[in-house]
Amino acid sequence: MDILSGQGVCGGIAIGKVAFYRKEHREAMEYYIEEPESEIRRLKNAIDTVLYKLQTLHKKALIQAGEDSAMIFEMHQIMLQDDDFQEAMRQPIRNERINAAWAVTKASETFAQNLESMEDDYMKERAADVRDIAGQLAVVLCGKSSGVKQLAQPSIIVAEDLAPSETVQLDKREVLAFVTQKGSVNSHTAILARTMNIPAVVNMDGDITDELDGEQAIVDGFTGTVYIRPDAETLAVFTEKQRQEAEKTFLLQQLKGKKAVTQDGKSIALYANISGPQDVASALENDAEGIGLFRSEFLYLGRETFPTEEEQFEAYKKVAQSMGDKKVIIRTIDIGTDKKAEYFGLEKEENPALGYRAIRLCLTNPALFETQLRALLRASAFGNIAIMFPMIIAVEEIVEIKSIISRVMDGLDAAGITYCPGVELGIMIETPAAVMISDLLAKEVDFFSIGTNDLTQYTLAIDRQNPELDKFYNPHHPAIMRMISQVVHSAHETGIWVGICGELGADPAMTKVFLNIGIDELSVCSGDILRLKKLIREMYALV
Amino acid sequence: MQQFKYTITDDLGIHARPAGMLVRLSMNYECELAIINSAGKLANLKKIFTVMGLGVKCSDIITVTANGVDEMEAITALERFFLQNL
Repeated sequence: MDILSGQGVCGGIAIGKVAFYRKEHREAMEYYIEEPESEIRRLKNAIDTVLYKLQTLHKKALIQAGEDSAMIFEMHQIMLQDDDFQEAMRQPIRNERINAAWAVTKASETFAQNLESMEDDYMKERAADVRDIAGQLAVVLCGKSSGVKQLAQPSIIVAEDLAPSETVQLDKREVLAFVTQKGSVNSHTAILARTMNIPAVVNMDGDITDELDGEQAIVDGFTGTVYIRPDAETLAVFTEKQRQEAEKTFLLQQLKGKKAVTQDGKSIALYANISGPQDVASALENDAEGIGLFRSEFLYLGRETFPTEEEQFEAYKKVAQSMGDKKVIIRTIDIGTDKKAEYFGLEKEENPALGYRAIRLCLTNPALFETQLRALLRASAFGNIAIMFPMIIAVEEIVEIKSIISRVMDGLDAAGITYCPGVELGIMIETPAAVMISDLLAKEVDFFSIGTNDLTQYTLAIDRQNPELDKFYNPHHPAIMRMISQVVHSAHETGIWVGICGELGADPAMTKVFLNIGIDELSVCSGDILRLKKLIREMYALV
Repeated sequence: MQQFKYTITDDLGIHARPAGMLVRLSMNYECELAIINSAGKLANLKKIFTVMGLGVKCSDIITVTANGVDEMEAITALERFFLQNL
């Protein structure tokens, strides 16, 4: 057994035979020509032929892989239509009297190398696009038709590199995995593999040769490892892994679109917690009915200046639009001295957990708060957004928040900017104070979301970061249970809904309890949603 | 001549994909369309390689100019494109 490693760019396990993909020998013949004009005409015809072919490939990719991947072929068309590029091909024909294929190679190498010399990784990758186009032109000019190897059975495609025009012509059903010697996480093989959800490993250490053709192999797209001629033990391990993966996918298919309702008819909404637009895809894939907590801190961390209203607006809008009419609950900034945000200029505190953070920061920094609120309100016109405020301990805080919002809305009205005037406003219940006056708070807002992590910390007076306290820490402590019960009661008495967005929400030991207490919504990690849904659908709520 | 200044907000700057869309959009108009980066380097918006070659990154301030018969429509469409995509 040989073990090769590279970079995994699309997860999954494939077990099967290798089909080594040999590139069509596309080297251009180089010779001098008599009549430049007729050679230039030949070039034009080749360009038109390839443009037409790219259109066909575009259509094929749309069906096989979706719009994002199909874009590659649109990009190729735009590149081929570029005047500078075409002129660069015509010039040597005219001036040096060389043949079209040779001219194409010269021109494309110049353009490809220009791209490779750019700093940006993404641009460097585009050099491969230029070479792919050149390759296709050469094939047409040299009169060869490029044939794609017919696969006898579903195989693991191994190649030195794969151009988009090559990958898209492979029948997806015949491909178990992609393995390429070259390539990177941004290369076309990677992008296409991810869209088609086929395990792929690129950028291999060690050499890939055609000796691998026909060999049995295992491709682990998660770790980027390829096992050639796997031994019995390895085969057994991966067969099991593959089975588990399949089960997970099956679960996904089975539960997608189904409601989270118990055998005896009690239902609960299952939402996802996200930290930024990059998490939305996973939330949708796992069938989240909405976003129960969108942590807005990501916009403020890992940078040196405050995010502008425009930056924030774009991020919130993007998420709202991706979720369609599903609710997106965005929590205003929950930053304190424990988070790395030097530019905030916060002074070190003894007790950051009890400190100058979250809503307190916002209410004493109107410019900061209003910028975020404006961005949120503007984004509310593009989807189903709700705004949630963290660390609330008093009715007065909510009154102040509302007056600030009113002011921001007036500003938007004056500027003629649309927003949703009835945008839902909610608060996080994460302090004992909020629990105790939850009946009063309920009258001021449209919903509650219980932040069980902090609530437990503040109620049990235990620092969760300290392992010595583990023996005293009980996440199911009756005090917390009673608090949750009280909050639900206050909420429902007033007629507002209440959800949980802390870790406890995903705790399977608590699901029945939550259903019985009357929690309306659980917001959890995307990866936990389907598991919870399965649990809920299989249980009887009433004890 | 029409023009507008814009600060790029997309993390990836003007990377290959929006560059392609930008060029495609620009080709719909007759007028001359150019984009100038913060260093003063100019690229023809109808030529994909020049646009890509500008290497415009997130937070860069660029200027877009339109010169010709349909410059008003072009500049409006381009400004909207930048707002929505970059």
